[in-house]
Amino acid sequence: MLEKALTGTRRYAIWVAALLALAGLGFFFYLRQLDYGLGLTGMSRDVSWGLYVAQFTFLVGIAASAVMLVLPYYLHDYKAFGRITLLGEFLAVAAVIMCVTFIFVDLGQPTRVMNVLLHPSPTSILFWDMIVLNGYLLINIVTGWTVLQCERQGIPPPAWVKPLIYLSIPWAISIHTVTAFIYAGLPGRGFWLTAIMAPRFLASAFASGPALLILFCLVLKRFAGFDAGRKAIGAMATIVTYALATSIFFVLVELFTVFYSQIPEHMDHYRFLFAGLHGYDTIANWMTVSALCAVAALVLLINPRTREKESLLAVACACVFLSLWIEKGLGLIVTGFVPSPLEKITRYTPTGPEIAITLGVWALGFLIITALYKIFLSVHEAK
Amino acid sequence: MAPNRREFLLIAGLAAIGVACPSLARVLFAKAGATSSGTAAEAVSGITPALKAKRWAMAVIPGKCPNDCRACIDACHLTHNVPDFGNPKDEIQWIGLQPFERVFPGDAYPQMPEAARERKLPVLCNHCDNPPCVRVCPTQATFKRADGIVMMDYHRCIGCRFCMAACPYGARSMNWRDPRPFIRKINNDYPTRTKGVVEKCTFCEERLRKGILPACVMACEEKALVFGDIDDPRSEIRLLLDKELPIRRRVDLGTKPQAYYIL
Repeated sequence: MLEKALTGTRRYAIWVAALLALAGLGFFFYLRQLDYGLGLTGMSRDVSWGLYVAQFTFLVGIAASAVMLVLPYYLHDYKAFGRITLLGEFLAVAAVIMCVTFIFVDLGQPTRVMNVLLHPSPTSILFWDMIVLNGYLLINIVTGWTVLQCERQGIPPPAWVKPLIYLSIPWAISIHTVTAFIYAGLPGRGFWLTAIMAPRFLASAFASGPALLILFCLVLKRFAGFDAGRKAIGAMATIVTYALATSIFFVLVELFTVFYSQIPEHMDHYRFLFAGLHGYDTIANWMTVSALCAVAALVLLINPRTREKESLLAVACACVFLSLWIEKGLGLIVTGFVPSPLEKITRYTPTGPEIAITLGVWALGFLIITALYKIFLSVHEAK
Repeated sequence: MAPNRREFLLIAGLAAIGVACPSLARVLFAKAGATSSGTAAEAVSGITPALKAKRWAMAVIPGKCPNDCRACIDACHLTHNVPDFGNPKDEIQWIGLQPFERVFPGDAYPQMPEAARERKLPVLCNHCDNPPCVRVCPTQATFKRADGIVMMDYHRCIGCRFCMAACPYGARSMNWRDPRPFIRKINNDYPTRTKGVVEKCTFCEERLRKGILPACVMACEEKALVFGDIDDPRSEIRLLLDKELPIRRRVDLGTKPQAYYIL
């Protein structure tokens, strides 16, 4: 089936070429980073994780959100999702590959990555994250590919696929929970030291992932003649609405604890996140955009009349995605380091090469999605 | 100042043991209060026996530090080939000086005189008894030895920097780029590091092995740094901590740091 990704219209070829060029540019700068070291990025002694780790965290959420299609379809036999569940699983595949790539480009000694397997360390959350992420990738590739192959041949999927799909449901929850535990268990980082981190991650993931999928479905409808169906889109929009509301609620809960307890160690981070500290307010400005987008999206989504209008739904979904990308893909990581345990305020600005590498990995992810969706569409058209 | 009754009895007792047991004299000579375990063969071949302890610890007496003194930092960084990049972004630090309010943040001593508050304190790895950095390391490249030293294996570290996020003391540094061109004078007795690995103070385990005290301790003429076995009731550090009121950094976090500050 893979060959189906290699042929397409002129527009498809241009799109793929553009993504390849972007990924190639990222790879070029990665070679430079490999040569010079991670000092090529904006990271420093005080802000020792940056854009890469933030993208990884955000994308684990996108990957986990496939469960929002798999669960209703396979556990509740919600037929409307039958046409698009594979799209969700393929999105998960691309997202996990991006996650793993972001971790890889963040390593100071990437050639030693196998040390994680050679010296397994069960006390390290990173070790468990590697296991759950790779497991999730494998499950989704195997189930997605098998189901698609059966669809092409017009036969029902083999019996062994079902248990694997059921397994993918708790597994999806696990990847984002374990990812939250990377941060939520560190004693000296007041910003991350919160038990609600994993629920917050899941809530924001179940909003941003399906929002992205709705956008993909609308794009496919417009440019590829594939209609996911009104019912499926509507159900996904409902999921996004509830998840976004929950996500906002969780943030407010967090704000209460932080500001009512008035523990400076926790308050300072939130001050930095939403207002800036000592004139360093770049992140705070982004967060203002994030908050405005979240409110705008919530208004558009809660109102059934605006939610059911395709163009407004697209705007709402774009707002959800942007808002939560800023929250997790920019704010979450840097704020954990500012102020530092020694109460230092250190600026972090991603460098050009760092941004190019980040865009390159995103382009790689979009390439994988494009190829998988192309194969999916070819199979559907042939039927 | 004459010793008080308790101190006199202690010194007298130690002296008596010292007369009875020749090996202790050697320990006192080493100024560490560590138990020596040199074999006869080592003594014959001229190798100083290694300094050993049940639990190594460091006491810092910042009041003894002269203004702008960097003797401990220079000695440490020279001994361990720590590069000087001349910018805070790439900075690597095993031992450094930080103002009191950064070392002990959180307004714990509001009545403290300004001079004391602004005084710079030596900061180094705390060699925690319950080190979060060791817990989070995905390759066991950083690990705790039986004698309490939190070690680094530069050949196993993958540079994920999870330990830097986990350390509540900012004691760890990443080699963001090749450090070798920035080492002022290479000490051939100690390895240089490669780019992409994390490093930190190791209580000079390579010197302890040769029976020498840590470089910072030896370099401090004011004796502001006291190093030894905290589990040995007769060690210098233990005697010091027993009669003073030492504080440690961020004990509320449960890391059980083993650097004690006597203010």
